[in-house]
Parts: sequence; structure tokens; C-alpha cells
Amino acid sequence: MKQTDPHMEDHKQQMKKYWKRNIRTVLILLSIWFLVSFGFGILLAEPLNAIKIGGYKLGFWFAQQGSIFTFVILIFVYVYKMNKLDEAFDVNEK
Amino acid sequence: MDILTWTYILVGLSFALYIGIAIYTRASSTKEFYTAGGGVSPLANGMATAADWMSAASFISMAGIIAFSGYDGSVYLMGWTGGYVLLALLLAPYLRKFGKFTVPDFVGDRYYSNKARVVAVFCALFISFTYVAGQMRGVGIVFSRYLEVDIETGVLIGMTIVFFYAVLGGMKGITYTQVAQYCVLIFAFMVPAIFISIQLTGNPIPQLGLGGTVQDGTYLLDKLDGILVDLGFHQYTSGRKSVADIFAITLALMVGTAGLPHVIVRFFTVPRVKDARLSAGYALVFIAILYTTAPAVAAFGIYNAIDTVAGQPVDDLPEWVENWQKTNLIVVEDLNNDGLVQYLADPEMNELTVDKDIMVLAAPEIAELPNWVVGLVAAGGMAAALSTAAGLLLVISTSVSRDLFRTFVPQMTEKTELIIARSAAAVAVVIAGYFGINPPGFVAEVVAFAFGLAAASFFPVIIMGIFSTRMNKEGAIAGMICGLTFTLGYIIYFKFVYPEANNMDNWWFGISPEGIGSLGMLINFVACYVVSKFTPDPPAHVQEMIQEIRIPRGAGKAQDH
Repeated sequence: MKQTDPHMEDHKQQMKKYWKRNIRTVLILLSIWFLVSFGFGILLAEPLNAIKIGGYKLGFWFAQQGSIFTFVILIFVYVYKMNKLDEAFDVNEK
Repeated sequence: MDILTWTYILVGLSFALYIGIAIYTRASSTKEFYTAGGGVSPLANGMATAADWMSAASFISMAGIIAFSGYDGSVYLMGWTGGYVLLALLLAPYLRKFGKFTVPDFVGDRYYSNKARVVAVFCALFISFTYVAGQMRGVGIVFSRYLEVDIETGVLIGMTIVFFYAVLGGMKGITYTQVAQYCVLIFAFMVPAIFISIQLTGNPIPQLGLGGTVQDGTYLLDKLDGILVDLGFHQYTSGRKSVADIFAITLALMVGTAGLPHVIVRFFTVPRVKDARLSAGYALVFIAILYTTAPAVAAFGIYNAIDTVAGQPVDDLPEWVENWQKTNLIVVEDLNNDGLVQYLADPEMNELTVDKDIMVLAAPEIAELPNWVVGLVAAGGMAAALSTAAGLLLVISTSVSRDLFRTFVPQMTEKTELIIARSAAAVAVVIAGYFGINPPGFVAEVVAFAFGLAAASFFPVIIMGIFSTRMNKEGAIAGMICGLTFTLGYIIYFKFVYPEANNMDNWWFGISPEGIGSLGMLINFVACYVVSKFTPDPPAHVQEMIQEIRIPRGAGKAQDH
């Protein structure tokens, strides 16, 4: 006979929700990752080069500087968001 | 003191430091040998990852490649940093929670199959060996250029040092040596960059200097564009490669970075899942310092080289040109006998050939910096090559002792396993050294392709292993084999079978062999998915394991089976 423990079921639902929220965070951050590198740095580099910031053409700046700075920020935002999420769902490590 | 004395002193001191650390932190158990005991702080691990990751190629050659390819060089900048975002968001936390020692460990357990494990071991060994041979060569070159010994002796010295601390220290020794090596290499890279930035643009921050103005008030990049176009070259700030190719190469490098076994294993050394995430962030900060400086060094270097050499009288060239002419890294030939150096895009009339490595190696001399800075750059280049070589050797030895021997001889004692791991590392050092001294013509080529192969083999299988509970062993094996075969086939066809056909007209979708790993990755994903649809679901305990690795709590230190 299969046992159904309401607490277990509840926990399972919670973990499903946790995973969904996790995936959503990752997808949002990855779209930014794609936008700054493949978007601004490659696909849109030509038109963006018409805009200049200081001595930098914008498309060139994204390809050689901006995308890398954004990558760093993305990881730290991820760390922050995930730590909060872990706490909210009580799955954080002590 | 002259350059040679300074070089001996600085390289000697840095070596003494590495060996001292290795003796102090040597490994006594397999756990320490494979994952440094699992107690490394995220900051230290981030630094070690950065040193592990940045090879002789990043330190010595990358700025030069960018200098001569301008915008097209961005593929390396974005490709070799963007991969860390994938690593941090998609791989590191889950692999840390999984808590074993190696990538084939994960593949073998997740896909409940020793066949999958062996395929993964094969991929890991292939990638690591091609890569490590390039590093030993790098060590030899730095030795021969700066210490005036021949390349063979240089490689032998390098082998001895790496042998000493990789074999003795295992992951524990390597981790703490890499922390020291990172400090040496980043200091050595930044000092000349900052000085040159001040000299050229008046701005001490190279990242800002690149967007700054030169003496006559025009922007450096505009001026560079202008000069290069006048000489018949392409504009510095726009690309020659097709957008499709740039896209594919960048993607292959990013995904390949995230799939490289010697980078992934670094995240097994931290205590908790949240440390793995944070550690990836620190690693990228430390890498980004060098990677955002490199494009500045590149532009400064090419500008300086053209400014001080092109159009000058042949008999009155700066001293650094004469110094480096001895090594054939810079060649000046007055073809039309007018007594001036012509630097032109037309190969028939060009009189100045500059090797890409000069941009970093000769930077201190071009900027007329004190001799100790030259010695520092030599020590930095050595640190970059040694740290990467050690990390790769560890992957090789672990693959042999753990993924092969432990899988098929499970009753082996820990002591025996440690002996096998150390012997495997020793054999690997010798093989790598051999290829460093007698490089097969294809080594340099193959290193670039290691990324494509990692992208097409490991990455999809690991991602599916974490994010799909339905993915089964049939799918994974089919995926790895299809991705790897396709990518390898495409590369071999264009690079070795019909090199004359290696041009845009013949490439599929305009993608060069360098970028084909991204297509291989897609094929891998598709093959995984399709095959898994027609074969049974993975067993219940594996599905439970997947649920388990998605949740951070309860990650102990990396465990034995």
C-alpha cells in the first residue's frame, strides 16, 4: 500500500515552487547575458557603433568591455537572489 | 641591474614560493588530493580558478591576437568570460551539491552507466592532454626568451616544478599555489598596462584609457582606425569575420569554458552550494581584471608599434626592436631599399612583421619601463602557464585513478588509489613535456578546438542531467557521441583532409571550424532529446537524486562513493 503523508506532499509542492522560481531567476539573468553579448556586442554591434561614448563606439565597447562587466554583475545578482530564495524556502545551508 | 639578473631573481623567488606552498599543503588523503579536502574559502577558490583558467595563451598571446584582429578579437573576450555566467547559473551549484570528485563521476552516476562514464573519461582526457601540451610549450618559450636557455631545458625545468607540486600536493597543493600564481600574474600584467596607459592617454586606468585621447587630442580608437585604413588594413573597431561566424565562435568558447573539466572540478573544493555560486562570481571578477585590460594593452601595443616603427629609418629603430629581432619575433626587411620601414597590408610590400606575443612580452621595453618590470612579466607568464598545466594534470590523474581504476577495481584501498593518482600525474607530466619539446604541428590548432569539443560533448549532457528528470543514459550517450563525432569530423575535414577548402564558401552556414562546436552542441541536445523519447525513463533512484541536487541544503563535503 502506498503511503501518503500530507507533510511530504506539502514539502514536494514547496520544492516544485522553489525550482520554478529558481528557473525563472536563471532565465531572466540569461536573457540579459544574451542581450549584452550576442545582442549588443555582435548582432546589433554595427548599428550601435553609430553611437559614441567618449572614444568608444558603443557596439565595440559592449564587445570588448561592457559585456564582461555585465557578466560579473549578473553572477553577483544571482548569488544574492538565490540566497534570498533559499532562505524563503528554508533550504539554505547553515 | 640588467634585465637577465632581474628575471632570474623574480622567476627564482616565485618558484621558491610555489614549492614552499606545495610542501606546506601537501595532500595526505584522496579527498585532499582530489578536492583539497573540500574546505577552500570561496575567495581563495575564485582566485585559484582564475589562475587555473588563465593560461599562457591568455597572458602572453591574447592581447596580441586582439591587436591584430581588432573587433574580431572580441570573440575571445566575450567567449572566455561569458562561460562563467553559464557555469555559475547552470552548473556549479548543482555539481557541488552532487558532491563527487570529477565530471565523469557525475555523468556515470547520473546516467547510471559505466559506458557513459568511460565516454566522459575519454573526452576529459582528450581535452586535457591537448591543452596541457600547449602549456608546457608556453613554459618553454618563456624560459628561452627571458632566461636565454633553450626551449628543451625550459620545458624540463617547467616539468620538474609542475611535477613537484602537482604530484605531491594534489588539489590542495595546487589550489594554494594557484592563489599565489594569480597574484603574481595579475600584478605582472597590470603594471606595464597602467604605465603605458598613462604614457599614451594620461589615464591610469587602462579600461578608460582605451576610450581616451592621445597627445594630439583625437580619440585613440579613432586615430587607430584612421591609421590602419590608411595603411590598407581593416578598421580596428569593426569586424572582418561574418556575424554568423563571430556568433558561433563566441558561443562555442562560452559553452566550452563551462564544459572544461579542469574548471568544473574547482567548484568541488568549496564547503557549500552557496560558496560555489559566490566562488564563480569571484573567479570572474579576477578574470575580468585581466580580460578588460587586455583589449587596452592590445590597442596601445599596435598603436605604439606603428607609431614608433612604421615609417622610421631602418638604421634608427628603437632599442626594443633590436632586442626582439634577435628572437625573430619582429622582422624588419627593407625590401625597396629606401631606408624606411613600410608597414602595409599588402604582403608584397610590407617590410615589418610583428609576432602577436610581442604586445605583452615587449610591452615594458616599448614603454621604456625599468628592468624589473621585464622580469616581472616573465614571472607572470610562467605563473599563467604553470597554474593551468597543474590544474590539467590533476584532471588527467583523477580521470585515470578514480574514473577508470576505481570504477573497475572498486576494492582498491585509498592508499593504492593515491599511488595510482600520483603515478598517473607523473606519467602525464612526462607525456606533456614530450609534446612541449616536440610539438606536433597541430598542437596549437587543437588547443583552440578543445573548447568546441567540450561544448559539443560535456555541456549538453550535464545540463540535461540537472534540468531534465526524463533524460536517460541512452540519450546521454547518443548525444555525446553525435556531438563529438560531428564536431571532430568537421574540424578534421577542414583542417587536415581538405585544408584548401577551408573558407567561407564551403563552411556550413558560414561557420568556421573554430565555431562549429556550437552546432555540435545543438546536435548533441537534439540527439539526447530524440533518443530519450524512445527509450525508458531513468530509474526512480536517479530521478530522486536529481530532485536532491536541485536543493542546496544538505551538501556535505565532496564524498566518496
